[in-house]
Amino acid sequence: MPAEVNESLATLSDQLILATVLLYLAAMICYALDLAFGRARTVVAVRRRQLVGAGGPALPEDTTGDTTEDPGPQPAAWAVRAGTIGVVLTWIAWAGNLGGILTRGIAVDRWPWANMYEFVVAICFAAVTAFLALLIRQPIRFLGAFVTVTAALGLGFAVLFLHVQAGPVMPALHSYWIAIHVTAAIVASGLFILAGVCAILYLIRKDGRPSVLPSREGLERVAHRAIVISFPIWTFAVIAGALWADRAWGRYWGWDPKEVWAFVTWVVYAAYLHARATAGWRGKAAMVVSLVAFACLLFNLVGVNIFFSGLHSYADVPK
Amino acid sequence: MSAPDDLASAVRDEPAAQEQAEQQAQERTKPVGLGPVGWMRWTWRTLTSMRTALILLFLFALGSVPGSVYPQRSVDPGRVAQYFKNNPTQAKWLDRFWLFDVFSSPWFAAIYLLLFISLAGCVFPRALTHIKEIRRRPPAAPRNLLRLPHSEAFEGGLTLEEAAAALRRRRFRVVTGDGWVSAEKGYLRETGNLLFHVALLVLLFAVGAGGLFGYRGNVLVVEGDGFSNAVAAYDRFMPGSRVTAESLEPFSFTLKDFQASYVAAGEKQGQPLDYLAKLTVQDSPTAAPREVDLKVNDPLDVNGTLTYLIGHGYAPTFRVTDGKGQVAYDGPVPCLAGDQATYTSECVIKVPDAQPTQLGFLARFLPTTVPNGDAWVSIFPGAANPTVQVFPFGGDLGLKSGQPQSVYQLDTTNLKPLGKMSAQPTPLNVGETKELADGAGKIQFTGVKEWISLQITYDPGREPALLAAAAAVIGLVLSLTIRRRRVWVRVKDGTVTVGGLTRTEGGGAAFAEEFTQIVTALRGDPPADDPSADKPDGGAPDAPTGNAAPGARPDEE
Ligand code: HEM
Repeated sequence: MPAEVNESLATLSDQLILATVLLYLAAMICYALDLAFGRARTVVAVRRRQLVGAGGPALPEDTTGDTTEDPGPQPAAWAVRAGTIGVVLTWIAWAGNLGGILTRGIAVDRWPWANMYEFVVAICFAAVTAFLALLIRQPIRFLGAFVTVTAALGLGFAVLFLHVQAGPVMPALHSYWIAIHVTAAIVASGLFILAGVCAILYLIRKDGRPSVLPSREGLERVAHRAIVISFPIWTFAVIAGALWADRAWGRYWGWDPKEVWAFVTWVVYAAYLHARATAGWRGKAAMVVSLVAFACLLFNLVGVNIFFSGLHSYADVPK
Repeated sequence: MSAPDDLASAVRDEPAAQEQAEQQAQERTKPVGLGPVGWMRWTWRTLTSMRTALILLFLFALGSVPGSVYPQRSVDPGRVAQYFKNNPTQAKWLDRFWLFDVFSSPWFAAIYLLLFISLAGCVFPRALTHIKEIRRRPPAAPRNLLRLPHSEAFEGGLTLEEAAAALRRRRFRVVTGDGWVSAEKGYLRETGNLLFHVALLVLLFAVGAGGLFGYRGNVLVVEGDGFSNAVAAYDRFMPGSRVTAESLEPFSFTLKDFQASYVAAGEKQGQPLDYLAKLTVQDSPTAAPREVDLKVNDPLDVNGTLTYLIGHGYAPTFRVTDGKGQVAYDGPVPCLAGDQATYTSECVIKVPDAQPTQLGFLARFLPTTVPNGDAWVSIFPGAANPTVQVFPFGGDLGLKSGQPQSVYQLDTTNLKPLGKMSAQPTPLNVGETKELADGAGKIQFTGVKEWISLQITYDPGREPALLAAAAAVIGLVLSLTIRRRRVWVRVKDGTVTVGGLTRTEGGGAAFAEEFTQIVTALRGDPPADDPSADKPDGGAPDAPTGNAAPGARPDEE
């Protein structure tokens, strides 16, 4: 294991992450302008349709929301352009985030997610990637402001409170399992963040009132889709973690605090999927369950490293 | 399951329909004045209902939380003992509720057993239903296809045979009736779901069996020493209830050398980089010895019994000569590191054979010693400048009392310090000797060895558990990605009507796309620019593919 660190690359990585934070914030402002001024009339249009629907026979279209971007009568052109700029900025920031991760990885010659700082940076990247990937095929630009602000906050938190100098890692982390287990956990967490953002918006959004947000059904659908993709990935991440523990610690499952919370998170997301399939639990109740699961995920990421001691104590949180 | 041509219930997705039926059934069988059979039926129904499963899932999650809050005996018995010392009353109460043994507690077992009974009770009937479903032919076409969530009509010369062939090509299961074709696809969804749930049951059994037939043990080995796999050789041995002494794999090894490397400078100075233990292993008493490099993440495997490198430390060697001039002790003493960053370690040397009085020593081992004012400290975990500070005692070591003693603790009740006790005695370098006061003898620091701690496990459940886990992931992916869908085609008087239905929640938008492709294929013309142009009944004017507009998913309620 080489112990040398390429300091200039490590510094470049730190600078790229800082720039990424600023770019996410700029993108967030653009999306917000689009939300505030570019969609207002769209909403009026949708509302008109809903009113018609309420009087007549219930047409399915009226209840299933307006996530299909409804051009509506002429929203402010500059505001729509702001939204487009937001997307472009998000892609640039995404590239910066990726660059920050790659340069750090090259600087230390290992997988760049071995401590909490690196892990949080990678999860923010995964969340934005999930958003951008879904954005290619789905009309979810409305989420942009919320996803970018989440990513900016996450990265900012990492830079301010979690940052540690790039460096080599403990022998237990010298394993290809870090590529498998941690990568899966990062991808799943990114998607769960997307679902969590939608679930929070779902609870904020009041039905039957004009809003810049899409209907609750639309929000629920995006959240559900994200969870349906990430749940198997999370399942895989937990299993890969067990396989790694079997190589490194001599048992595949030992109820270490991190394992306990990964398990709790998994069970509560499973409960969410069951809630969806159980009469009386759809909609709001299911969304609340998904948020409980999301809270468990976040607690496992932050709380467990700080409050509990266990074998997973590589987090390397600065004191 | 719903009657195939009962449109209202077919449109609703199945679990919900099932759930409602279940609820109705429950309502009907509320156990008011029921006989024992009725009660049992009611209990079974309630236990296997989806709602109970949901509640049990929550309890399962909630129940495991204390396992992360309180130290667990199975994970870290030392911290549990500490807890008892610090908060004795609280600890007693916590212990009454098994909160230091959450994962082997009766109440935790109750939760997961109920959950798994519920699971079994839910899955096996569903499996039977599913087998019937797989055997059944796709249902006959409903009367009015245009009322289905996805539908389209067009003029054309399509024959039923052509329609059936086109759908077969898309891997639908197809039956043809009088003037209609019915096709269904996506049975793997339910298969996957069942596979997933059954895999969870298998996983539980595999974990349980591993616990019964497997064992786990810890042992500490000093460089130059050996180990052979027998119960007596372990420092701590935790067998499953079905393990016998003969079932231990008869291998042995000697630890030739252990090497640890650390970051030499910079912010992360002292952080470990790599550990390597060089072993000579004999797989059985008669086997030829082989050389093995044991590393973290790379256990030694002897026929499924695995040996893991899990810890290391220093074992300075000493020669103790007693007051009568006899060598009463000569060998290594394992020390425990209090601080990983400097590996300042503490150990205890007990010399019960010393004459005229028994000798005991506390020793502080400093791997890289530097003076610091009146004191000495270690600044690096590697042994660059090893010294040891020795605190000698004479008297009765208390070994005869019959009480088991830790080798890392000196019972000083009947011991007296030899000479003036100082907090920072001058450290000995390798080879140096300290004369003991009162003519009690002398102690020589003869060298530095290292020890490693190993965990040895045999768990016959690992591989079945892995297979079950893999099956669970596959089942999960099938169950979450595949849509169950039906398509019907009716040909009458030159008009072709196509109707489609997905019975899977969340599949509406994607199915709309597939449905459009199917219709395009059935028409046999290249993808039309505006398919609504020749639609006879118009459909919804703003939805180009009839009711199948991307946002519209009435099949999801
Ligand atoms: C060990 C506990 C359990 C876990 C971890 C678990 C997990 C899951 C998961 C992840 C799904 C999602 C698949 C999907 O949405 O299609 C699912 C679906 C399902 N589970 Fe479970 N399950 C458990 C116990 C049970 C029990 C006890 C029952 C029956 C009472 C049950 C009945 C169902 C049903 C009917 C579905 C299909 C729902 C649907 O199609 O959306 N599960 N389960």
